[in-house]
Amino acid sequence: MTLLLGAFTIGLILALLALGVYLSFRIFNFPDITAEGSITLGATITATLLVRGHGPGWATAAGFAGGLLAGAVTGILHTKCHINGLLSGILVMTALYSINLHVMGKSNVPLLNEVTLATKAEQLGTHLAGSSKDLNVFGWAVGVRDASMLLAVLMFISVLGVALYLFFRTNLGTAIRATGNNPQMIRALGVSVDFILILGLALSNGLIALSGALLAQYQGFADVQMGIGMVVWGLASVIIGEALVGTTSLGLLIAGAVMGSVLFRLLVAIALRWGLNPNDLKLITALFVFVALVGPQLLRRLQRRKGYTSPTA
Amino acid sequence: MLTLDKLSKVFYPGTPNEVRALCGVSLGLEPGSFLIIIGMNGSGKSTLLNAVAGTFRVDTGRIHLAGHDITRWSEHRRARLIGRVFQNPFSGTAASMSIAENLALAARRGRPRGLGWALSRSLRNEMRDRVRALNMGLENRLDTAIGTLSGGQRQALTLLMATWLEPELLLLDEHTAALDPRSADQVISLSHEIIQRHKLTTLMVTHSMQQAVHLGDRIIMMNRGEVLHDLRGTERARVRSEDLLGRFEEVRRREQLDSAAAEMLRLQYV
Repeated sequence: MTLLLGAFTIGLILALLALGVYLSFRIFNFPDITAEGSITLGATITATLLVRGHGPGWATAAGFAGGLLAGAVTGILHTKCHINGLLSGILVMTALYSINLHVMGKSNVPLLNEVTLATKAEQLGTHLAGSSKDLNVFGWAVGVRDASMLLAVLMFISVLGVALYLFFRTNLGTAIRATGNNPQMIRALGVSVDFILILGLALSNGLIALSGALLAQYQGFADVQMGIGMVVWGLASVIIGEALVGTTSLGLLIAGAVMGSVLFRLLVAIALRWGLNPNDLKLITALFVFVALVGPQLLRRLQRRKGYTSPTA
Repeated sequence: MLTLDKLSKVFYPGTPNEVRALCGVSLGLEPGSFLIIIGMNGSGKSTLLNAVAGTFRVDTGRIHLAGHDITRWSEHRRARLIGRVFQNPFSGTAASMSIAENLALAARRGRPRGLGWALSRSLRNEMRDRVRALNMGLENRLDTAIGTLSGGQRQALTLLMATWLEPELLLLDEHTAALDPRSADQVISLSHEIIQRHKLTTLMVTHSMQQAVHLGDRIIMMNRGEVLHDLRGTERARVRSEDLLGRFEEVRRREQLDSAAAEMLRLQYV
């Protein structure tokens, strides 16, 4: 049960990553690799500030701001310096590796006795639950610590998801979506495509860094390696989400990205429980995304071939 | 209203692909006038329109519009003054967004976009009224994705979007060329009506001689990046589509003569 709750919680935290990846890959069709650096950046900034005794709210906000900045730099490299989009992301991601090491001063910062958002949630949960250490949910004993953590993250993500949905319905948000859809049109309607792309990438990486900031507090450490493979991870979540809810409505897509992230984390947790070698995890994630990208093409080709042969048969 | 002063543009200068697209084009347009631009492929008519829209910066010359020198303005800044409809029906609308959202984007053309709701109730009501005026039955389908509509419907909506806020200048770039004849007629009469009603200053590029003689109050014919003929006043009033075709034929023959002469010279001297 603890395993399940843990998977749910991490899935929800990484849903922010999925939303960020959705914004850059799906809305802008921009393959933004910066994510691998910015998720770590969010974690390192937050962990370092926590260790220095700053409040968890401020530390998390600072992590988010770091991501905003990283994304903006990628956007500026691409739009103002005319560097290929993929390469802009790679440049910033590579630079961030050193920056992350500098921020922490070492390759790993543990959060042992610091007050974090996680310990705050736990405290609140214990306070509400009274003295009992376990809650009884449908006959299962659930640790108060795990349950309160999950509930806190769930609330946070829900609020953020709704806020994001509402943002995309504003004048600015609609312009962002239209820019990804048809840059020529939105330029003719007086919007600077460069500015919107920079803004969108900043927002995307801000969300991803926020995901890193929460993840560091949940798992109790920040590590310079933690971003590796995260873009593919986010993409896998987005793809699962689209398979679950389709690609028609904006609200469903946001909910889908969150659901996809949770479902993917659950699948991974189950696979690991069944004895999957953790070293193979990234290989399998990459294979999954590969199949999800190629599968539909292959199916279409097969169907077309069938369509050609059936009249002669 | 619109003044073009000796506009020149060379694409790919200094390479074998060098194209002298505009060679000192000067033009003055009165407020409310409707100019038709015709010419053969590669004559520079679309380039002229794009120069005004700001798709690229001209090499030399100046562009004035509604009292502003817009020569160095970026494309999106010029959009404050200019409404555009493109040749391709897919270019003017965001396919995966709804009719209402597309119109909402157009309702803020050239204005700052903040965190206000894109679709307010009053805007929605206005949309229903103005879309009903298109007579396409789209007023009850405002939440349909625009990508599911036909080319003619999309072009009509693009026209509505370009003129939602009255522009100082309307640019129509062969906006019916990709449509079937019936939709083309529909969009043309709609364009005519909107331009008349708001007395919009308009530049329209077309391949159709019929459109050229029936619309607009002035026709220019371009060739090799220059204005070859400028028909206005009584001359414009008397012109028929056969006359225009005759002028095309004249140009074509002269071009042919040029290449024939060049071939003759090449055989003799090279």
